[in-house]
Amino acid sequence: MSLRSAPLAVEAPERARDGLFTPEIRAQIDAHVAKYPPEWKQSAVMPALTLVQEWNGGWLTRELMDDVAAYLDMPPVAVYEVATFYGMYDLEPVGRHKIGVCNSVSCLLCGSEDLIHHVERKYGVRPGETTADGRFTFKEVECLGACRHAPAVLVGKTYHECLTPEALDKLIEELD
Amino acid sequence: MVEDQNSVCFRTLHLKEPWALASYRSVGGYAQWEKILKEKTDPAKIIDELKLSALRGRGGAGFPTGLKWSFMPRSAPGQKYIVCNSDEGEPGTCKDRDILRYNPHQLIEGMAIAGYCIGATVGYNYIRGEFYEPIDRFEAALKEAYEAGLIGKDIQGSGVDFDLYTHCGAGAYICGEETALLESIEGKKGQPRFKPPFPAQFGLYGRPTTINNTESLASVPVILEKGGQWFLEQGRPNNGGPKLFSVTGHVERPDNFEVPLGTPFKDLLAMAGGVKGGKRLKAVIPGGSSVPVVPGDLMLQTDMDYDSIAKAGSMLGSGAVIVIAEGTCMVKVLANLAHFYAHESCGQCTPCREGTGWLARVLHRILNGQGRPQDIDLLDGVAGRIGGRTICALGDAAAMPVQSFLQHYRHEFEYMVEHGGRSLAEAA
Amino acid sequence: MTDKLSIEIDGRVCEASPGEMIIAVADREGIAIPRFCYHKKLSIAANCRMCLVEAEQGGRPFPKPVPACATPVAAGMKVLTRSPKALEAQRGTMEFLLINHPLDCPICDQGGECELQDVAMGYGGDVSRYSEGKRVVKDEDLGPLVATDMTRCIHCTRCVRFGAEIAGVRELGATGRGEDMRIGTFVAHTLTHELSGNIIDLCPVGALTSKPFRFKARSWELTQAEGIAPHDAVGSNLHLHLRGNQVMRVHPKDNEAVNETWISDRDRFSYEGLASPDRLTEPMIKEDGAWRPIGWQDALIRVAERLKTASADQIGTLIAPTATLEEMYLAQKLTRGLGATAVDSRLRQQDFRGDAADPPLPWLGVPIAELETRDAVLLIGSDIRQEQPLLAHRLRKAALGGAGIVLVNPLPLELTFPAQQLVTSAAGMLGELAAIAKALRKRGSGSVKDLIAQANPTDRHTSAAERLKAAGTERSGLILLGALAAAHPDYTLLKALAYVIAEATGSTVGYLPLAANSAGAYLAGALPHVLPGARPGEAIGADARAMLVTARKAYVLWGVEPSYDFANPSLAATALGSADLVVAATAFRAPSLEAVADLMLPIAAFAETSGTFVNAEGTWQRFQGAVAPPGEARPGWKVLRVLGNLCDLPGFEYADSGEIHQELATLCAEVRPDNAPRGDLKVEPSLAEAGLMRVGTLPIYRTDPLVRRAAALQRTPGADVFAVGLNPALAADVGLADGELAVIRQGKAEARAAVVLDAALPPDVALIPSGVTGSEALGEQIGPVAVAKA
Repeated sequence: MSLRSAPLAVEAPERARDGLFTPEIRAQIDAHVAKYPPEWKQSAVMPALTLVQEWNGGWLTRELMDDVAAYLDMPPVAVYEVATFYGMYDLEPVGRHKIGVCNSVSCLLCGSEDLIHHVERKYGVRPGETTADGRFTFKEVECLGACRHAPAVLVGKTYHECLTPEALDKLIEELD
Repeated sequence: MVEDQNSVCFRTLHLKEPWALASYRSVGGYAQWEKILKEKTDPAKIIDELKLSALRGRGGAGFPTGLKWSFMPRSAPGQKYIVCNSDEGEPGTCKDRDILRYNPHQLIEGMAIAGYCIGATVGYNYIRGEFYEPIDRFEAALKEAYEAGLIGKDIQGSGVDFDLYTHCGAGAYICGEETALLESIEGKKGQPRFKPPFPAQFGLYGRPTTINNTESLASVPVILEKGGQWFLEQGRPNNGGPKLFSVTGHVERPDNFEVPLGTPFKDLLAMAGGVKGGKRLKAVIPGGSSVPVVPGDLMLQTDMDYDSIAKAGSMLGSGAVIVIAEGTCMVKVLANLAHFYAHESCGQCTPCREGTGWLARVLHRILNGQGRPQDIDLLDGVAGRIGGRTICALGDAAAMPVQSFLQHYRHEFEYMVEHGGRSLAEAA
Repeated sequence: MTDKLSIEIDGRVCEASPGEMIIAVADREGIAIPRFCYHKKLSIAANCRMCLVEAEQGGRPFPKPVPACATPVAAGMKVLTRSPKALEAQRGTMEFLLINHPLDCPICDQGGECELQDVAMGYGGDVSRYSEGKRVVKDEDLGPLVATDMTRCIHCTRCVRFGAEIAGVRELGATGRGEDMRIGTFVAHTLTHELSGNIIDLCPVGALTSKPFRFKARSWELTQAEGIAPHDAVGSNLHLHLRGNQVMRVHPKDNEAVNETWISDRDRFSYEGLASPDRLTEPMIKEDGAWRPIGWQDALIRVAERLKTASADQIGTLIAPTATLEEMYLAQKLTRGLGATAVDSRLRQQDFRGDAADPPLPWLGVPIAELETRDAVLLIGSDIRQEQPLLAHRLRKAALGGAGIVLVNPLPLELTFPAQQLVTSAAGMLGELAAIAKALRKRGSGSVKDLIAQANPTDRHTSAAERLKAAGTERSGLILLGALAAAHPDYTLLKALAYVIAEATGSTVGYLPLAANSAGAYLAGALPHVLPGARPGEAIGADARAMLVTARKAYVLWGVEPSYDFANPSLAATALGSADLVVAATAFRAPSLEAVADLMLPIAAFAETSGTFVNAEGTWQRFQGAVAPPGEARPGWKVLRVLGNLCDLPGFEYADSGEIHQELATLCAEVRPDNAPRGDLKVEPSLAEAGLMRVGTLPIYRTDPLVRRAAALQRTPGADVFAVGLNPALAADVGLADGELAVIRQGKAEARAAVVLDAALPPDVALIPSGVTGSEALGEQIGPVAVAKA
């Protein structure tokens, strides 16, 4: 869709931005904003959502998206568009950890299906679900770009490669 | 066997802490950039050198990099941008991740030179969000480069400015499409723009912009150091240089190999230890999941360069070589690919939004034993109506695997339809 | 770059401009190319892929079919829109569009006028190859105006682009990705923009349809008539869709010079008021406090007799500014024929001291379409989006094009474009303008001179002055006076200052006429100081306020609802209540009317009578009656004709309304819109600086009797809310908290309303809307007020 290269900036009535998030997060968002031309604050929407999501325990509430919109002078719906488009944003509560098993072709050829079935059976979660104990949210993810050590699994922020079901179990056991 | 490995993007790989500035300096890193700053080299000369090198875009499309740079209205007033595409996500491709992890400074130097050549004082490196470790490495390298005065304002008193920033993705394959990537930097959904206008006229923030792949940009310092002619000679005419190949799937030692373009596939396969378990080679997807599949026998007679692979009916793409061994069900592989494109379609163009899901559903149904004889022609027909009809190439990327799988392995699909979901390949 | 070039489409040589898209050339040539996402007023999206065509350039064919909407022409280009390749591409897209479409045409309101249906007839297959499950999308409630069936959505994104580009408020978005992409607000909420109904027209399928029209009729049962919108001073051109004798819905009719391709929601949905149970369907008379029907003959004879016997200086005629030109003309002709001079249609004005200097025909100052090309606009006293939605849209275009827009208002506005807002108290508006004048080194004379002398210009005033001055040198500056200025106790001084600033900057002064025919009142002579043909009257009669302050014995009310249509409803109620005779010609019954009237004459409303409206730019727009008025109601001009005859007045022998129109047109033949004042505007300020002032805005759906009875519009949020907006500091002073009930006093007039705190309000402003339920007993729309804890 071609809302071409004009910032969506809204003339929002001056809203108290000082109260949003935490001073640390505001400083981090500001650091991102500084990378882009001044009229393009919205360029920082992705890092801002990422920071806020992490602060909120891994997922975004509508209120937080609205806050990001207010902080960056964006219409809320433009933030919803971004948050629903990119796969790394979660809009539902998640577990304490996120485990993403790559399901793309190289990993498929190297046994990712076994990993997925194993997790489904052993932990009773289907992709998109969170274990009953809230330990982790299980996801199937598209190519992680770690094909040479397939199958690859993203646990939190760390790649684990050449995994077998047993090795994955060990990783999961180590999670709190 | 191939002798001259790891001569360009992986030239620091043998060092301890290859990502560090000192390591990069030790192989001659930043010498080209400093020379340019000192001599104020004519950008046209650099671009000519690149043209001579026959470096072709390493992201997948294979467009000559020098030519791309020459499209920029270098001396037009106003801000211009250089953007690096590190949104590596084409299934089978894992090379840029390793450049970011092991040789980030070479990318920085390449981007600085590119910025100099096209008149851009600001650059962004768009790295996919899942690459936590590579992002950290790149950010650390950026910090080192700033601290060493290699980038920033009035670099080394030259009057040249170049600021470089990281922009992180958040999980969308489509942002690897260059204009979707620009939209993403602009804080929007990553939906590709229609062309014209092209980014060289109307790019990031509506300003002239050049977007290059990580490997392309990282190759530039070495081309300048050793000369365009040297690079060209590493490969073949019109296919300059060594290239990174990610050899994955059914091989004994999957890995990235930086070898000259034109290296015979069978040599590359041998470097990866051959087909896993000594099985027969069934098929190869030679350039990332988007390109047509090539039967194994044909592949064994093919060399790894753009033109040779085109002759074999496929494309070199990103250089991701997905090896498929005998005994693999091709219906299942295609269903996996179709699922991927349906999941990653951005949703704006009708044929791709609606068609990719349709393909995935039909294939899923066939796998589940509910295929119908007419489904096979249907798949071909639907793919034919997606390819070439969309704003970006994702439509083609979704269509080509379907068409090529049906061309070469139609009997497997027919068998499965007739046998209620039983796989011919796995039964054999 | 203006050189034309030629291309060939389907073998036909077509002239084109460089940069033009193929589809624009084809449209001009009448060559049909199917499309869904393309719309001439929206940015190009190129996403539906329906307009794929085959093309070649310099003998080399493009390798793939190209989208006609996004492919610029080039000299010598050859385009094939119906070649086998083009057709195959178009059929392919059609198949994809239909696989997830529910094909529920029999129960879809869009059926019969659906772009998808139409194109599918040409390009769709007979039998679907799709046998998988279809997509189902949950609907969102977008409020009372727009119905959603999002399962039908084909993702053309026209509605999203409309919001971002035209409305300037991104309420809708496309969330999600791929086939899960959804059009909506994401968190269901009511669309609040005043132009939101246009997405109904833009939607090529039945995903967004009119909620009031839902399941009311099939499109093929409807006939189409033309009309002119009866609310604001734009006079949007309309298509009225009729079934039998009923207006079923209203659509815009393209007119680039007036409404382009849009209409406001007020213009689109006010027709619902026509079917209000309040409609007066037969003449009625009040006897012993009770209303009973009476025949027309009887009623008119009684009216004529009592008017004839009334003393001429005791007759006052008050005409709604939404009356037609013909009605206004005859109403004043009747009044003046009876020897009376008190006739007015400026019911929301209180300061008439400038009448003697009034320009002969105050108007916008520039053609409507030229608003968008102004370089600087100073808007004085206007809640522009509520007053004139489509003029706000034109100003938005100007602002996006780089124009500087400055507003001087007693309240902050929520605008959809960048502008500088000088928000001050009602009295302070004079000071703000004086400061701008001072920044321009103008001194003025009389009281204006004093105001300017006292002013202290700041950077804001200097920058506003400079913007206007820069624009003025290009003859591109404009100073507009809006409805809040017209309702201001010092309207005359606001005008005087506007002219001072205009002179200093070379800008044009313009007026935003309040209603559909406010400008026409000057031509028809429906004013105490103006005779037909916009001729200045020799003796100035009593104005709308004077007629109420000094109560008359007899009043003629034309289309007026006393509780909501006057600047000071309590004053009106008192004056009308004390009269011997109140004759009300009205389309609607209303309690405030029945309380004071003796006779009610049912007249035709919008779409039921022929007539003429003169819009803000002075364009006469004539229309025919599309449906018959209900019951015994009659077109107003006929009622006045008979009354004239019964009063034995000459010149009331009209065979049809065309003759009235012609007579007036002849009188106006020489009249040109002109905003040059004819005299002196120097008067003393009537407002003291100190003290709390009521600022009474007129909410968008409370402007006239018809729209106040349009059910769906009344259900929109905030349509009819009576409240007191106060600055928190002021509220704290009088001990009022948010949501608390306050008692509002304007002299003896009193009302109660809840407090809404708003830190953006000036400290001496009480924002108390007029025209809304609850406001009937209050006094001046803008005037002193006291607010206390109830």
